Amino acid sequence: MSGVGSTEPHKSAGAGSAGAGVGAVRELTMSEALNEALHEEMERDPTVFVVGEDIAAMGGLFQVTSGLLDRFGPQRVIDAPISEAAQAGAGVGAALVGCRPVVELQIADFVSLVMDQVVNHAGKWRYMSGGRVTVPFVLRGAVSSGIGMAAQHSQTLEAWFVHAPGLVVIMPSTPYDAKGLLKSAIRDDNPVVFLEKRLLYSRRGPVPDTDYVVPIGVAEIKQEGSHVTFVSYAQGVHLGLQAARQLAREGIEVEVVDLRTLKPLDIQTVVASVSKTGHLVVATEAARAGSMASELVARVCDVAFDALRAAPVRVTAKDTPMPYAAPLERAVLPQVEDVVDAVNQVLGRVPVGR
Amino acid sequence: MASPTTTTSVQQLEHLLLRMWQIRWFELRAMELFEEKLIRGSVHPYIGMEAIAVGACAALREDDYITSTHRGHGHCVAKGLELKLMMAEIIGREDGYCRGRGGSMHITAMDRGMLGADAIVAGSSAIAVGAGHGLRLQGRDSVVVCFFGDGASNQGILHEACNLAAVLAAPVVYVCENNEWAISTPVTASTSVSNIADRAAGYGFPGVIVDGNDVLAMRDVAAEAVARARAGEGPTLIEAKSYRITPHSAATKTDLRPPEELDAWRARDPILRFSRYLTGEAGVEPARLEEIEEQARRDVEEAVEFAKASPRPEPEAALEDVYAPADWLTPGRLA
Ligand SMILES: Cc1ncc(C[n+]2csc(CCOP(=O)(O)OP(=O)(O)O)c2C)c(N)n1
Ligand SMILES: [Mg+2]
Repeated sequence: MSGVGSTEPHKSAGAGSAGAGVGAVRELTMSEALNEALHEEMERDPTVFVVGEDIAAMGGLFQVTSGLLDRFGPQRVIDAPISEAAQAGAGVGAALVGCRPVVELQIADFVSLVMDQVVNHAGKWRYMSGGRVTVPFVLRGAVSSGIGMAAQHSQTLEAWFVHAPGLVVIMPSTPYDAKGLLKSAIRDDNPVVFLEKRLLYSRRGPVPDTDYVVPIGVAEIKQEGSHVTFVSYAQGVHLGLQAARQLAREGIEVEVVDLRTLKPLDIQTVVASVSKTGHLVVATEAARAGSMASELVARVCDVAFDALRAAPVRVTAKDTPMPYAAPLERAVLPQVEDVVDAVNQVLGRVPVGR
Repeated sequence: MASPTTTTSVQQLEHLLLRMWQIRWFELRAMELFEEKLIRGSVHPYIGMEAIAVGACAALREDDYITSTHRGHGHCVAKGLELKLMMAEIIGREDGYCRGRGGSMHITAMDRGMLGADAIVAGSSAIAVGAGHGLRLQGRDSVVVCFFGDGASNQGILHEACNLAAVLAAPVVYVCENNEWAISTPVTASTSVSNIADRAAGYGFPGVIVDGNDVLAMRDVAAEAVARARAGEGPTLIEAKSYRITPHSAATKTDLRPPEELDAWRARDPILRFSRYLTGEAGVEPARLEEIEEQARRDVEEAVEFAKASPRPEPEAALEDVYAPADWLTPGRLA
């Protein structure tokens, strides 16, 4: 990818080792990785533009759009009024005439203000037209739970979009996946809801200095294991990996499957893992009722019930609004120990070492 | 009747009349087809409002765009969509504009600059802004006209969209079709101002009131707004005062509107008024007007025949086109 060099605001933290002969691998934060994806895609395709609040001169609350204004100008990097529905609607309109807009919601909870434009318009326009139009539109938003932002800034609402036909839903867990998936999302001809966990923005990970993409609809096994299949996405993957480290000390091997894309769902990878382990734990930071966790259990039961040796276990947030005070928020959000308990439960073990 | 401020040939005037008659006959036939149960759901006739769409679209180029509403057939005809493909869509056939997936309220025809009819009241007001901006980003000087109703004027998204259009100086023309009613709610009961055009002042762009039953007046104000939008000077809100002569929809059997009000507006029928102008000031032979109406009627009848002969979609096709082609779109993959 040419042109990402000199004006690129983020430079490697220096920890990267050389990749397999194809450019350097740097350690980037997820927000730096997402920022690179936007720089590269806007450079590659002049119809890509970004819209959102405080995204131009300020570079967004989380610096994901940093440096774009200087490089691409105000027609393609639009500081919008606080009008989320109009931003999303404008995205749909621009997509209909051949652009690839990326709309940023400062906080993902504000999806409630754009639901009509996303669900009733973006997701349906192609179908209602008999397949005669495409809506290549990306809606990004920061899921801000876990840091005391309270009930109106802490929801994890991917299930709303998974339920709505016509949308692609992505939630990355690593900087590598975030960059590669955002590039795929922008290039895809379908409307994509791309939810980013705010606590992961500052988390570092290896990102190669090449024009790679991560394919939509392909899960990744983040850690192999033979006893239990743990399926999650975004922050849930990190809960799973931590729980797996603890359980490994007790000789329990957890296979951690990162869905990365929630719709389309890579059910094959999940089923292949469950067929191997016979045990399923699914996790989401969303509230429990009608969640992606529930959907996953149902999907596995649909196609691989015989492979299950115990009832699958869901680890989710509680069905409450998100409370503010730290002990309360902790009580509502799923924790590493909840995953550990769930694994012990699915294996029929008595929890040990809590 | 406003006299045309632009030089207009007799053919152009006759064409406007033809379009208005096509809408009128299209809607009359659609209402019949609804009663015959060939049309499902509902159909919202544009009868009495023909001058608005025909006048506004007369100010547009082929490469300009429109967005439309639940009451969208008139906009489609005025923008030059094929009656046959429209009618086939409305009765749910494979040859329809949307292969029977959309129906009356969702006709889309990108090749004719029709971004799509939208059954969410005011739903496409921001789509118009983005389309306008997106066209400009691609170096095109096309303009987008967004039609909406008096009822729609009280939707939040319209406020957001007008403001966004203004700050972006987007090439958009808002046409409010004030037909005085939103189903059973009179505009006086629902709306804080007596002229919806006044609200444009709050967005810092011009608001113009026009007699929406005068096709030439409508065309002239639209032409000015379109020129302004094309020149990069930003949006205009045109409030076209009009009335729907027929019920809210073919499925809506109660009509709370006073009969005297209906009679008064029937006397101001936009087609009759324009016909009088044509045979008077414009010197067109009355026989020629009859020919035009007859041609419109024939066009609509051919459309009905075409639509009825078109195949119904196969049930398996219901699963097609949820998504645009993509690498990940392999069978059995979707949740
Ligand atoms: C968001 C939304 N609310 C309500 C409706 C139901 N509805 C359909 S048409 C209509 C009235 C619209 O009135 P107006 O905007 O004046 O348009 P008109 O029907 O008079 O052309 C209503 C309430 C809808 N389709 N969408
Ligand atoms: Mg009305």
